[in-house]
Amino acid sequence: MTTHYHLVSKFWREIPHRYNLIGTRCGECKTVYFPPRNVCPRCRRSSIGKMEKYKLKGKGKIYTYTIIHVAPETFEDEIPYIIAIVKLDEGPMVTSQIVDCNPDKIKIGMPVEIAFRKIQEDGDTGAIYYGYKFRPIKR
Amino acid sequence: MEDNIGIVSYGVYIPRYRIKASSIAKVWGKDSKYIEKGLNITEKSVPGPDEDVATISVEAARYALKRCKVDPQEIGAIYVGSESHPYAVKPTGTIVGEAIGATPDLMIADYEFACKAGTAAIQNCIALIKSNMIKYGLAIGADTSQAAPGDALEYTASAGGAAFLLGKEKIIANINATYSFATDTPDFWRREARKYPAHGGRFTGEPAYFKHIINASKNLMERIKTKPEDYDYAVFHQPNGKFPISVAKKLGFTYEQIEPGLICPLLGNTYSGSYLIGLSAVLDIAKPGDRIFVTSYGSGAGSDSFDITITENIKKFRRKNAPTVRELLENKEYIDYGTYAKFRDLLYWE
Repeated sequence: MTTHYHLVSKFWREIPHRYNLIGTRCGECKTVYFPPRNVCPRCRRSSIGKMEKYKLKGKGKIYTYTIIHVAPETFEDEIPYIIAIVKLDEGPMVTSQIVDCNPDKIKIGMPVEIAFRKIQEDGDTGAIYYGYKFRPIKR
Repeated sequence: MEDNIGIVSYGVYIPRYRIKASSIAKVWGKDSKYIEKGLNITEKSVPGPDEDVATISVEAARYALKRCKVDPQEIGAIYVGSESHPYAVKPTGTIVGEAIGATPDLMIADYEFACKAGTAAIQNCIALIKSNMIKYGLAIGADTSQAAPGDALEYTASAGGAAFLLGKEKIIANINATYSFATDTPDFWRREARKYPAHGGRFTGEPAYFKHIINASKNLMERIKTKPEDYDYAVFHQPNGKFPISVAKKLGFTYEQIEPGLICPLLGNTYSGSYLIGLSAVLDIAKPGDRIFVTSYGSGAGSDSFDITITENIKKFRRKNAPTVRELLENKEYIDYGTYAKFRDLLYWE
């Protein structure tokens, strides 16, 4: 029996932004977007062809958060865990798991930095998908 | 070596979870004082459920790059040494290469030689730099060491890794010489597709660890005409907290020489990361002119020895851009055996 792993191509396409926070910046108004966008919603057609790759530094602050107690099957090993919206220093907001932080220690406004972690596995025999999570800045 | 080739930068990563040896001993009905004294270990690191050799390698490599101004695109080779690569087939190195922005113009391969693959990666990078095939090489040793539940290894098998950026320019430590010693010695192994390693018990001592480390160390010192007292520091592979102290004594090194790099009692055995994290702990405090002797050990079996001298560049080296080994050891959260069993996938269900 052949098993097909449908998530492989999707995750592979997303490697630049999942591994290294590569977003885009509008060549017209200089607004930074993450995940990357092909068109700037502010400048619309005048941004076409002017969206450039932009690597975000990976630092930001907790904008808001929630604690997950009932998780999807592939995250059950990690409950309770924190999912937060992180406001990156360059402006964009990202939803991410917060690691290396006890749920009772998380605070709005807490400075965080990018961490490289396993996001999920495609079953026991499928590919392993990696990417960004965030952790409190200790130093 | 006539050319000045050495360490440009280094970075270490240690997962923050810890389990005490006493917590493991309690589960298996063992006397924790006997275990702690016998192995000279009080606790070990445990990888979180979303950590593996790829994530540890990436974090260590990113820390190494934060401490220097090297463009990742100038890295010509990445070799990752480990015996717990996440995939049996598919390299860890490509994940690291992509995550640090070094792809696609470079050589990448994963190495495996039990605990010694990290120094094998360093030696190969040195050779490529010496032959002008590459400008910089990134050698990584990392493991999420496996141990069967209840086995003696369970008290020590831990997780962590170190990345060494090697090159010719702005080196903080010159690698003066290296020498290797290898024989076919079946002291410790893990068969294909098996989850846990097996070992020969006491056979892992004299004919394995001690024979190879002593021969590699003595032969290198004979070749370059040095003596133990010529070195400020010495680092030996640390399968437990006792063996490196014992092998140092047999070779004529003092406890004071090995103490700064002896991290096993608080970290456990990070296998391919062990001696590299020990060396990193020494680099965290070393001064120009300091001389370091390093010997790794990999079961199966072999040892790589290195003679290293710290250069003046370490004064301007941006150590503070990444955590030191001591800082990483202090950033910890203790877990109980049940959580450990869940994180290490020791539970069985259908």
